[in-house]
Amino acid sequence: MDYLTIIQILDSSVRLATPLLLTCLAGLFSERAGVVDIGLEGKLLAAAFLSGAVAAVTGSIWVGLLAGVAGSLAFSMLHGLASITFKGDQLISGVALNFLAAGLTVVIGQSWFKLGGRTPSLSGDGRFEPWNLPFSDALAKIPVIGPAYDELISGHTALTYVALAAVPLSWWVLYRSRFGLRLRAVGENPGAVDTAGISVVRLRYMALVIAGVLCGLAGTYLASLAAGFVKDMSAGRGYIALAALIFAKWRPWYALSATLLFGLLEAIGNRYQSIALGDFTIPVQFMQALPYILTVIILAGFVGKAIPPRAGGQPYVKER
Amino acid sequence: MSVQTDTGRQATAAPTASAAPAIELRGISKAFGPVQANKDISISVAKGSIHGIIGENGAGKSTLMSILYGFYKADAGHILINGQEVHIADSQEAISAGIGMVFQHFKLVENFTVLENVILGAEDGGLLKPSLAKARKLLKQLSDEYELSVDPDALIEDLSVGHQQRVEILKALYRQADILILDEPTGVLTPAEADHLFRILKGLKEQGKTIILITHKLREIMEITDTVSVMRRGEMTATVKTHETSPEQLAELMVGRKVLLRVDKKPATPGKPVVEVENLRVIDEQGVERLKGISLEVREGEILGICGVAGNGQTELLEVLGGYVNGTGTVRMNGEEIDLSGKHSNGQTRRARGIAHVPEDRHDEGLILEFQAWENMVFGYHHAPEYQKNALLMDNAGIKAMTQASMDKFDVRPPNPKLEAKSFSGGNQQKIVLAREIERNPDLLLVGQPTRGVDIGAIEFIHQQIVALRDEGKAILLVSVELDEILSLSDRIVVMFDGQIMGERLPAETNEGELGLMMAGITDTNTNGEKAQ
Repeated sequence: MDYLTIIQILDSSVRLATPLLLTCLAGLFSERAGVVDIGLEGKLLAAAFLSGAVAAVTGSIWVGLLAGVAGSLAFSMLHGLASITFKGDQLISGVALNFLAAGLTVVIGQSWFKLGGRTPSLSGDGRFEPWNLPFSDALAKIPVIGPAYDELISGHTALTYVALAAVPLSWWVLYRSRFGLRLRAVGENPGAVDTAGISVVRLRYMALVIAGVLCGLAGTYLASLAAGFVKDMSAGRGYIALAALIFAKWRPWYALSATLLFGLLEAIGNRYQSIALGDFTIPVQFMQALPYILTVIILAGFVGKAIPPRAGGQPYVKER
Repeated sequence: MSVQTDTGRQATAAPTASAAPAIELRGISKAFGPVQANKDISISVAKGSIHGIIGENGAGKSTLMSILYGFYKADAGHILINGQEVHIADSQEAISAGIGMVFQHFKLVENFTVLENVILGAEDGGLLKPSLAKARKLLKQLSDEYELSVDPDALIEDLSVGHQQRVEILKALYRQADILILDEPTGVLTPAEADHLFRILKGLKEQGKTIILITHKLREIMEITDTVSVMRRGEMTATVKTHETSPEQLAELMVGRKVLLRVDKKPATPGKPVVEVENLRVIDEQGVERLKGISLEVREGEILGICGVAGNGQTELLEVLGGYVNGTGTVRMNGEEIDLSGKHSNGQTRRARGIAHVPEDRHDEGLILEFQAWENMVFGYHHAPEYQKNALLMDNAGIKAMTQASMDKFDVRPPNPKLEAKSFSGGNQQKIVLAREIERNPDLLLVGQPTRGVDIGAIEFIHQQIVALRDEGKAILLVSVELDEILSLSDRIVVMFDGQIMGERLPAETNEGELGLMMAGITDTNTNGEKAQ
């Protein structure tokens, strides 16, 4: 394996980790506020569909982005309505959203475009352009650092940089701002927040708004990357992001590492479709299943003990 | 600027407010459906005084305080603070009105630091840093002023219960509360911690703060309050000056009839040993030795009281005797040795040997709250032949009839076997557990915290039942953190500290002071020559 291959695999990891990272951070805000968000998958899919469809119709991915975010946000608010306002079961509400998204996207897609649930292919302004950072061409010729800068750091689309910037920003908001303190508190002990005279309901809705926006970005990224919406294109990324969130112990920087690890596995699976070990060839299916296998391992609790926010999953009811 | 507001306040408020009570309630009523939780409640609490509100569970104390703190809206009535009428719609408005609340179950974020908890909801701006710095300074000042020292950077979950409570008080003071309401503040505290709390409260009172203390413990009312209001069934039955009343009078006002505060019992006539424990050791799952070689015996017709601060091995002693945890050493029941390794013996075989157990935590261990009373009434004994209809089915009708009879005998209210255990009050739940265990006619009754969270009327009844069982010649091992209870109920007292027995005393020859010292691990070698630790 030569240096350039490694750089290329890493570059691909970053590309594949971007939607996971955005979704993972979405889940982080939601779950830190005490709202379990198994509906990430549904939001991702809804956003991918709406952004793909609107970008195809208008020819602008930026308009598509707005539509994707709006769709994801609508799903997020539906989740809030069911689980915060009406104090329903957060898991059930989330699963329902996933089913809703899986069904609605195909049905609406078919009746709208008559392409079997797909949206028309995106091209030109319908997709995000890679951003070439300054001097990437000039620096590319410098050995070692050059290719790393040109391939790995430069040349991603805007949303990748947004996702990367979202990590320190999330950390800062959570741990350095008043909003973050209250958000973390409401996920741990909503009673403490309520008796301090702050609205639990409002805080949780705000967390869901953030989650909705981040999922919208992630879904749009998927649609742009694949040049259009395809049925079930989120392919379980919402769940993988959830696993990464647990792996990351609900912390932003860990979320970055966890999602990069998943991205790396996916990149390796894509690059090495089959690896021959003497007589035995590892099948391509195994390589592509790597991220999912890691998900199972994490969820089975093999990777250390992760303590979730204590009030997660419980609707807040005033005690007395 | 400050001068202006000060003089302004004095000028306008002086004629009325100097005499105006800090807090006054007029005709507060609140109903939940058909239940009238508060009926036309009026009280008036003078500035700089400590006012007690006493009443049994369900008397409406908590509802009243929740109205004051903006959790509920009263159906009728007025709230006046310093003579001005206020409308409290939510907790934020209660805080702005100068009311601070220390809840029975603390409202703290466990994995936050003390500072973070103190500023939560009272931050100065969007950024935490300045607020934290300000709170740190103020905390230092407050802790010097009122014995309220807490490490500002400690995590709540690492603090003792007493320290956590101080954080709650600090939270209220940080919000500049002038009126501090404490709901059952000593329920979770050791006697020493409670004394410390009372010193803090007296200090606050001297600084002109008004304190409302909600409790069901008569001793606390007598010790610290200036005035006291008694609530019963949603009504305020009396408000009296504390020094003009007596515990007996207050108890009568609370319950509505004369109550015996002292346990009425004949001297014990102990017979042969029922249970003999030698060198009993228990090591818990973390590898910590919880019992470090306990030896004791309980005889027929006596109550052995075990006192100690919670967590010094009393729980493990009950559990190992009851068959829930394993230990080493020798335990003989009626002369026959019991297997402690868990291989040949468990909770069920212990019951068959005549050991009944009223666990310390009736919610987690004594009852299944979601199950009905009649189902709870046979747990642990459900294999008994008399509860079986045939080889497959249980005799449900028979069990219900038996439950009905037990409920009548033990005065469980309401006497309805089909009610879920959680719908009974604490005292009535405890009576169900007690009935189940006593009615099986055990040789040895293990009782943990028999009256924790139980009304005064029910306490009297439960104590009578335990004494009655003793008078039948049974052995009783009583574990309680309430020194009053240990002193009044026991025939002999053993003090435990750090998994060991610190000494044995007779109730007539000791007092709370001596026991309190022993509970803290200090033995007075002068009294009986035992070696200090």
